[in-house]
Amino acid sequence: MAYPRADTTDKIILSGADLHRVVDRIAHQILEKTSGATGTVLLGIPTRGVPLARRLAARIHAFEGVDVPVGALDITLYRDDLRLHATRALGKTELPPGGIDGRRVILVDDVLFSGRTVRAALDALSDIGRPSSVQLAVLVDRGHRELPIRADYVGKNIPTARSESVRVALAETDDGTDEVRLTGGEK
Amino acid sequence: MIKHLRSAADLDAPTAILILDTAAEMAALAGREVKKLPTLRGRTVVNLFYEDSTRTRISFEAAAKRLSADVINFSAKGSSVSKGESLKDTALTLQAMGADAVVIRHSASGAPHRLANWIDGSVVNAGDGTHEHPTQALLDAYTMRSRLGRLAGLNVVIVGDVLHSRVARSNVLLLSTLGAKVTLVGPPTLIPLDVAAALAPGTEVSYDLDAVLPTADVVMMLRVQTERMQDSFFPSAREYARRYGLDAARMHRLAEHAIVMHPGPMNRGMEITPAVADSPRSTIVEQVTNGVSVRMAVLYLLLGGK
Repeated sequence: MAYPRADTTDKIILSGADLHRVVDRIAHQILEKTSGATGTVLLGIPTRGVPLARRLAARIHAFEGVDVPVGALDITLYRDDLRLHATRALGKTELPPGGIDGRRVILVDDVLFSGRTVRAALDALSDIGRPSSVQLAVLVDRGHRELPIRADYVGKNIPTARSESVRVALAETDDGTDEVRLTGGEK
Repeated sequence: MIKHLRSAADLDAPTAILILDTAAEMAALAGREVKKLPTLRGRTVVNLFYEDSTRTRISFEAAAKRLSADVINFSAKGSSVSKGESLKDTALTLQAMGADAVVIRHSASGAPHRLANWIDGSVVNAGDGTHEHPTQALLDAYTMRSRLGRLAGLNVVIVGDVLHSRVARSNVLLLSTLGAKVTLVGPPTLIPLDVAAALAPGTEVSYDLDAVLPTADVVMMLRVQTERMQDSFFPSAREYARRYGLDAARMHRLAEHAIVMHPGPMNRGMEITPAVADSPRSTIVEQVTNGVSVRMAVLYLLLGGK
């Protein structure tokens, strides 16, 4: 998907530099909360959760020299809204060697919104293995939850109207751009 | 995405590749402890089989069940069909019961096309007469891609009763769409020359198996369909086996990487010898496994969305 061009009414929430600082902070928080991140696996939710998980792992390695395995967890087949949209192409599910049994799994996604994606991810996880615990890291929490789900690590809380969209761009998936923008809404 | 899968000609290259890629993701499920996805929960898939088939019906059934769909198996034997019910009336019954997809096998070529006019759900052709068998072609393409790493530019030789073979027809269509080169080989009585050219331009015909073997990447042996042979198309089974059967000596003349395929069920000793069928080059068992993944992909892509 091409990253949409900026509209003049768009608001930049996180610039590239902000985004890097936020990722650094989450990496530190993970190290702190998990006592050094041993026995931890980062699972990114496609599309943008996967590069985010890789960046977190790289930062954790830079800070403490710990190698945290990274994988991808596609949740398309577990979505509860499949019937409401056109068929989606599947993403990749790739578990790191050693799997997730008995490990602390940290799910990584770009935006936390209704919570339905995370619900689907929890269902997918339970079919794949039995982690010792599951945590959630998101770059942006925009509110409007429809399920009782809360993130353990939040890059930035952004109060939004439902009519607005949060657009996350990452260099790996969006032609080298790193930023978070708020678009749409009342103009 | 398309609504029905009645013919391999329904698929353009991007759609076919999407199905193969989706199947690759579905295949990962087979290695898991819980071989089940909630994707098609609440959807109903009817297997409507007017012709005997073990492998295809079980494959579709397993695929639908792994996606959590409700499966209704309907076999013409012992049903109202034997009391004279027409295909249309059966279709209307299925429509009234709310079937989301109907997987149909029928001895009449074109039955799936007719069925698609009568019901709202998706129709998947699981073999109609001597016409087509698109999911078989998809699983064959999947198997070739996973063994050889690509499809474009492959030399695929399809050997045997092309005249009666829906598998051959679907394979010619799909493989040409995906950029492979197909050569049909068999006795002249069993290769409709004009049809071969009309199906897909570029399809070649040869009556000499030994001449085409050395350049083949894939050799696909077709079953000799004795049940469809009303006339004598070749002098004797022995002569057929000698000229067009794949034995160990012929297999050794294949390139190092070449694979041997067969859609099953096999007539061991006629079109293929046991030594070849059970050799590491043969993908016959793999094809069955891949069939489930490919059919899961088809059902998901037809039924998963709005």
